[in-house]
Amino acid sequence: MRLRTLFVALTAALLSVGALTTPARAQIEVDVNRGDIQPLPVAVPGFRGERGAEIAQVITSNLERSGLFRPIDPAAFIEQDLDIRYQPRFADWKTINAQGLVNGEVTVDATGRLTVNFRLWDVFAEQQLLGMQFTSTSENWRRVAHKISDAVYERLTGEKGYFDTRVVFVAESGGRIDRIKRLAIMDQDGANPSYLTDGSYIVMTPRFSSTSQEITYMALRPDGSSIYLFNLETGRRESLGSFNGMVFAPRFSHDGGKVAFSVERGGNTDVHVMDLRSRSSSRLTSDPSIDTSPSFSPDGAQITFNSDRGGSPQLYVMNADGSGARRISFGSGRYMTPVWSPTGEYIAFTKQAGGQFHIGVMRPDGSDERLLTTSYLDEGPTWAPNGRVLMFSRETPGGAARLWTVDVTGRVVRPAPYPQSGSDPAWSPLLN
Amino acid sequence: MTTITLTKRAAQFAVIALAAASVTACASRPKPDTTTPAPTAPPPATQPSTPPAPVSQGPLPGTQQDFVINVGDRVYFDFDSYAVRYDAAPVLEAQAAWLNRYPSVMVRLEGNADERGTREYNLALGARRANAVRDFLVSRGVSSSRITTVSYGKERPIDPGTSEAAYQRNRNTHTAITSGAR
Repeated sequence: MRLRTLFVALTAALLSVGALTTPARAQIEVDVNRGDIQPLPVAVPGFRGERGAEIAQVITSNLERSGLFRPIDPAAFIEQDLDIRYQPRFADWKTINAQGLVNGEVTVDATGRLTVNFRLWDVFAEQQLLGMQFTSTSENWRRVAHKISDAVYERLTGEKGYFDTRVVFVAESGGRIDRIKRLAIMDQDGANPSYLTDGSYIVMTPRFSSTSQEITYMALRPDGSSIYLFNLETGRRESLGSFNGMVFAPRFSHDGGKVAFSVERGGNTDVHVMDLRSRSSSRLTSDPSIDTSPSFSPDGAQITFNSDRGGSPQLYVMNADGSGARRISFGSGRYMTPVWSPTGEYIAFTKQAGGQFHIGVMRPDGSDERLLTTSYLDEGPTWAPNGRVLMFSRETPGGAARLWTVDVTGRVVRPAPYPQSGSDPAWSPLLN
Repeated sequence: MTTITLTKRAAQFAVIALAAASVTACASRPKPDTTTPAPTAPPPATQPSTPPAPVSQGPLPGTQQDFVINVGDRVYFDFDSYAVRYDAAPVLEAQAAWLNRYPSVMVRLEGNADERGTREYNLALGARRANAVRDFLVSRGVSSSRITTVSYGKERPIDPGTSEAAYQRNRNTHTAITSGAR
């Protein structure tokens, strides 16, 4: 585990440079809501100094994967070896149609402390949009690159980034009938993967707290199931107790104070909730149907869940005390695993229709349903903390599960940068 | 130990013994004398020998193999259904009769679902299937204290295929003997 280094604080400070002033408003901007967007051409030349080329490469990959930016091939760059103390030669960057330019410099002092200064330029307005400095330990250079990516993303889109995050997931190996499942974690760009369990029992459905470096997940053994809390900073792992039945589908409330989950007794599955402070739990549904996959609204007032009380699995929303349940999915097909977005504006889901599976989104009142993906088997969406990208798992017929991402407009669907088999992804909040 | 294994092993011994015998024969046979005629094979028997008495094969009663082979340890379900099917009922009747005959046997009913559903919904569906079998067995006199249930959802398919036939095999409840068999 590299937790110790991960939680070394990063410091950010605005660079004040006398000759250069930051304009009040950017000329270039990216509208994240448009599905037909043309990605913004950006140039990220290698930063000066130790690790400078690698830092620029991580930033380039992050921006490219978002689908909102089109990094220009460095072979086309005219100006070379940019010095962060001077303005770039804008004409050289206009020639290759770079609208945004990110340049920077890395220094490492005698104690191993890494300092990265960088600037973001609006090439055609010939203005600096951002000038910042990050300091950390030198082995933490990838996180610095993610922080810079987030700063650039936020300056150009007006929304928080999601690059300095991690994904916990289930790493799969073995054959289809003797699959080994291990809890694993990686950076959102696939770097630094490591295992959290040894594969001696089945794990599934890990979920991140949206406020801390803590996850909840389910373990399944022949003698039954358990749900756990696992603090990634301290390594402390604890069972949420015994529930006199199968327990599964845990998910935190957005404030991290509760976990909603399902308990199955005698074949009937209901939604329960536990207050993590008092450890008291209560049952929220009592219908003789399958009630599972609960997910809180960001304000904690409502819970969306999956129920077949109407004859087939559909999505419902109820008040957090279990009252007022109402169905929100009415399209043709089977709707499952609703997941409320961090911004509250959407509920993502898995839909099965016409022999295919889809990841889709709808408004919490059930309106504006949009299917973002289609394949033999897509399931288990998780939201990036800014609510703009979803990760999910996809299986081809007879193949291994892989992690994929799709943006909320459905325009950018691509494999996640993790080359092996994985399922049940869960996105972390932004790291501190 | 089953008679099947014993029989198979006995046959293997016989083959090994034959091979050993022929090797020994070759090694000890004197170099053929050119003046003496080569030894001839023994004449074929003029009468067919009496066939050996039939050996009945099969697992010993009360064993796990007896349950699996002679009763059946798995029943199948329709898509997104946990209703005990027409073809499953006789198997479950036989399971109940067998369990009533061997009252020290404990079982775990493992509900399974095909991959055409989400992980969580299928855990709930598998639990329904396990409990449907449990209810059937209890209704036929098997004490509920001898039964535990678990759902593996879609985590433990028995057929890796992606045809409807494969999905069908993967929608089942498996009756696993956990203790008490001979």
